[in-house]
Amino acid sequence: MSILSYNGGAMVAMAGKDCVGIAADRRLGVQLTTLATDFQKVFQLNDKLFVGLAGLATDVQTLHQELQFRLGLYKLKEEREMTPQVFSHLLSQLLYEKRFGPYFIEPIVAGLDAKGKPFLSGMDLIGATMTAEDFVVSGTCTGNLHGMCESLYKPDMDPDTLFETLAQSLLSAVDRDAISGWGGVVHIITKDGVTTKELKGRQD
Amino acid sequence: MGDSAYSFSLTTFSRTGKLLQIEYALNAVANGRTSLGICAKDGVVIATEKKLSSELVDVEQVHKIEEITPTTGFCYAGVGPDYRVLVRRSRKSSQAYMRMYGEIQPVSQLVKRTANVMQEYTQRGGVRPFGISLLVGGIDKADGSPHLYQVDPSGTYFAWKATAIGRNHLNAKNFLEKRYTEDMELEDAIHTALLTLREGFEGEMNAHNIQVGVASQKDGKFKVLTPEQIQDYLDEAN
Repeated sequence: MSILSYNGGAMVAMAGKDCVGIAADRRLGVQLTTLATDFQKVFQLNDKLFVGLAGLATDVQTLHQELQFRLGLYKLKEEREMTPQVFSHLLSQLLYEKRFGPYFIEPIVAGLDAKGKPFLSGMDLIGATMTAEDFVVSGTCTGNLHGMCESLYKPDMDPDTLFETLAQSLLSAVDRDAISGWGGVVHIITKDGVTTKELKGRQD
Repeated sequence: MGDSAYSFSLTTFSRTGKLLQIEYALNAVANGRTSLGICAKDGVVIATEKKLSSELVDVEQVHKIEEITPTTGFCYAGVGPDYRVLVRRSRKSSQAYMRMYGEIQPVSQLVKRTANVMQEYTQRGGVRPFGISLLVGGIDKADGSPHLYQVDPSGTYFAWKATAIGRNHLNAKNFLEKRYTEDMELEDAIHTALLTLREGFEGEMNAHNIQVGVASQKDGKFKVLTPEQIQDYLDEAN
């Protein structure tokens, strides 16, 4: 079994009209044994930037610390917040630096750029990036998530519709994956602020 | 310290609290050819004299203004070879920034990195300070804002609306103070730069014995003007 699916987890990010959302489950397991149902794998990095780190839990936490360090220094040096484009590039560089001993993480990035337009990107564990206009998925049930997003996504959704679409896509996808689920969290990012909602879902 | 009239140690303060080698470096700058810069509303211009020791030198092969990033350029007053070292270092630093963040290095960041290099050369062993002051002119890709900085051999840097360095810099600065206005546009700034340069010029100034670099908000690029372009500006002034 791949080390990327050792702890399990699912996440998805989706663009709406001048807003963007990111959602993930809350399970932490060791293969089929669930250890925790409050594990954080999506992180807010500034007012308009979130990153989801899907993969090996220890690397989730280490990479998050590294990213906070890099963003903190950037903010002090440049006296500005990092845009999602720059962040995505930086993250890709960090991952490729560890080309032959990688972090076992496949991250997704969601944010609003300088003009307030949605930015989405996903990359593999060594930083090969793909940007998307509609949605990106990562984790142990990407097949399910892709299917759900393909059928539920519509262009130019408002923040409330975006939340519903993300929540339904995530919940339906993780119900058919044994190592994802046990609740979820959805963040909706608009120019006016971030709204975060917890999802209950099936607890089994 | 020996009985010498000069201080040869870089890192030893004199009794009056000065680092004499840095003072001497500033003297080297003050002996250099005049360079000046003006930061306008919609761009920056940097300009310099390119007068050489002999008529026989091929002036078209002398480059005193260099592009560092696609939006930023350098020019200098002082010791020519020292300039090349800094140009190479700064280009490398801006390429490293580009590789890390996928974005052109902002002018302020480029200036900080370059100033750091210059500071290092006042404290490290086996080196001497750079015998040059730099003028850094450019625009930031993010918001198109123009910037003009001066970096000194000590590693000090300042942002200017308009300034001059090298021989005659005090006269040139006085001249600029009179001519500068807050709402100045790039074309005006280029003319003012040429006028200021001519003011302190020994002999006849023409399109071949000066060099001009322009960063404009309009095309978002830094460009070194060709002699033909300079000639057009000179003709307009007459």
